[in-house]
Amino acid sequence: MKALDISGLAKTYKGGVQALKGVDLTVEEGDFFALLGPNGAGKSTTIGIISSLVNPTAGQAKVFGYDLHTEKEAAKACIGLVPQEFNFNQFETVLQIVLNQAGYYGVPRDLAKERAKKYLAQLDLWEKRDARARELSGGMKRRLMIARALMHEPRLLILDEPTAGVDIEIRRSMWGFLKEINRQGITIILTTHYLEEAEMLCRNIAIINKGQIVENTSMKSLLAKLNIETFILDISETQSQPSLNGFEYRLVDAHTLEVDVEKSEGLNPVFTQLTEQGIQVLSMRNKANRLEELFVRLVEDAEAALKEA
Amino acid sequence: MSQPNTDSQPAQHADSKGWFAQNWVALTTIWIKECTRFLRIWVQTLVPPAITMSLYFIIFGSLIGDRIGQMGGFTYMEFIVPGLIMMSVITNSYSNVSSSFFSAKFQRNVEELLVAPVPTTVIILGYVGGGVARAILIGIIVTLVSLFFVDVQIHNLAVIVVTLILTSTLFATAGLINAVFAKTFDDISMVPTFVLTPLTYLGGVFYSLTLLPEFWQWVSKANPIVYMVNGFRYGFLGVSDVGIVVSLTLLVGFNALLFSVAYYLLKTGKGIRS
Repeated sequence: MKALDISGLAKTYKGGVQALKGVDLTVEEGDFFALLGPNGAGKSTTIGIISSLVNPTAGQAKVFGYDLHTEKEAAKACIGLVPQEFNFNQFETVLQIVLNQAGYYGVPRDLAKERAKKYLAQLDLWEKRDARARELSGGMKRRLMIARALMHEPRLLILDEPTAGVDIEIRRSMWGFLKEINRQGITIILTTHYLEEAEMLCRNIAIINKGQIVENTSMKSLLAKLNIETFILDISETQSQPSLNGFEYRLVDAHTLEVDVEKSEGLNPVFTQLTEQGIQVLSMRNKANRLEELFVRLVEDAEAALKEA
Repeated sequence: MSQPNTDSQPAQHADSKGWFAQNWVALTTIWIKECTRFLRIWVQTLVPPAITMSLYFIIFGSLIGDRIGQMGGFTYMEFIVPGLIMMSVITNSYSNVSSSFFSAKFQRNVEELLVAPVPTTVIILGYVGGGVARAILIGIIVTLVSLFFVDVQIHNLAVIVVTLILTSTLFATAGLINAVFAKTFDDISMVPTFVLTPLTYLGGVFYSLTLLPEFWQWVSKANPIVYMVNGFRYGFLGVSDVGIVVSLTLLVGFNALLFSVAYYLLKTGKGIRS
């Protein structure tokens, strides 16, 4: 079943800014889906329309088969939203915020209290249940928004930049949490600026730029499109300049070598040649996130195509 | 952060629960949230009307009132009590909803409601219900304060209750409409300052319309607050400058009109959706 089915979605804001120019997008039930794009690409507008915070100018959107226009309440009941900006009452307590949200979805108070305990505990917020929202740290506020979105146990969870401003430790534990709830059957749509996050979590991906989808495919096939990767090798000190036949390479300093490797070539010839020259490779890493490189290239290609048109 | 339990499946309340039961939970949630808000800030919401009305009773009722003598067949203090209660009811029902809803817009937590499957009518009833609750509580407080100054008599309890509820509903809805249009906190104080206060003071709280020249009596009858104050006064004293049936009919009519406006604004997302 399709968790989300969007066709021809367009939005022109007052003042004439055309944020979406006919977006078509499908997300299957159970998917962990990434929606990527630069600032102002239309990600938040798309999510705003799906979550009923923005009125579309044209197009259709269905959530688990429920039309967002004609079966609004049924569609809304399927969605949990974690917005980009904090949008809770800063004067309410953590517990009040999640209980109220459950109430808006018609969850009876006793059941809501059980769930509040469950989700606040899972997100390490139970001890803070009586604290006012404004007293929480940035990371806690992000987790509170996730707990709030889960209170009615939605079938589709939409997260708009959920880990923005969160330290790496909490980010990784949030990733673990999201992976687990996805494994339990909740479909997840994620927008993020951290491309590593999309690569780590998502199975399918759409890239949006200037209000249009420029790529919609699986993460695997998207990454397969990237033929060349740059590796940074930390090497042992060498008397002579290393030389690598058949590779583009640069000696950054006496201990650091950058090598461009085509997928078909593999890394073995690099190691072999360096070993023959008596150079040890101490450690190795990617220069840039592969997805980031691909993302920049896709956006540039799309813009070039637009200019030609 | 611990791993989520695996004992729950994604649920669909809309499918498994009755529409009425679901919306009743939503309505009571909004209403309780609204009541909790004004009770939490009771120093700002409940104390000022008690102090202000005590001053009115002391100055206009006891000090000046004794020199005024009778009005409408009652002592001046007895005459102004219903009007002063009504003045508090109007001000508090209006400001409760206008400030609460605007604050929800300002902090963006109104989005919590907009993303949820809450029908527009339930949102209106929840917020208006909060305003009515505060207005009734203030009405009771001011009535209790008035007992220190005068023996409050009751002519028709049903008229008092119906007028109180219809008036507070009307101004709570008006406050909601104000908040929908408001873009700054100044915008929610404009109407109370420049519209409500003059209309209330000229609405027969402190005097009987019969004291006015005929032309100004006629003009005064275009002021809707005249009907609310007089309807309420009728409930307490059994006297009114206007017909009680006319008062209640107008109140019902204004309520229907403002509810329709509020419904249209929220349904179309005016001021709250892009």
